[in-house]
Amino acid sequence: MQLGRVVGTVVATRKDPRLEGRKLLVVRYVSPEGNDESGYAVSVDAVGAGFREKVLTVAGGSARFAAGLKDCPVDSVIVGIVDGVELDGKPS
Amino acid sequence: MMLARVVGRVWATAKEPSLEGRTLLVLQPVTPGGADKGRKLVAVDAVGAGAGETVYWCRGRESHFPFLPGEVPTDATVVGIVDSITP
Repeated sequence: MQLGRVVGTVVATRKDPRLEGRKLLVVRYVSPEGNDESGYAVSVDAVGAGFREKVLTVAGGSARFAAGLKDCPVDSVIVGIVDGVELDGKPS
Repeated sequence: MMLARVVGRVWATAKEPSLEGRTLLVLQPVTPGGADKGRKLVAVDAVGAGAGETVYWCRGRESHFPFLPGEVPTDATVVGIVDSITP
């Protein structure tokens, strides 16, 4: 799982019917320390994340286990909104 | 499966219902020699690992197997705590 920051929204009118009503967000990967890392993902939002929020993303086949995505063609899902990260015993 | 050191935790109140009650650990992948290798990641804990411990973890679709028959959306799971590594 990767930490990320929501940096944008994707709007798509023509899409797979199973993605109807799903929010697609652009997530920039960040390190646990909070620094931007290379790479980003377009992720389906399963938790109601908002712009600039720090989130937890899951990639790959098991991303579909998030609620209501069983047969959806997705490989990246936001599964949590991060309240805090503790590194080496200290909040980061 | 790969080796890693537990370096922290992640707190998330709003999360996928199937992740409720699960511990989210920050892992630093390491080599068998103990040197850091690659970038940190977040993994679900399946064995009760804690800060500073060396663990092994699996990635990909198989990482939800420890939670079967539950369906946990995870792509990285800590599946063992390392006692020692024999060269």
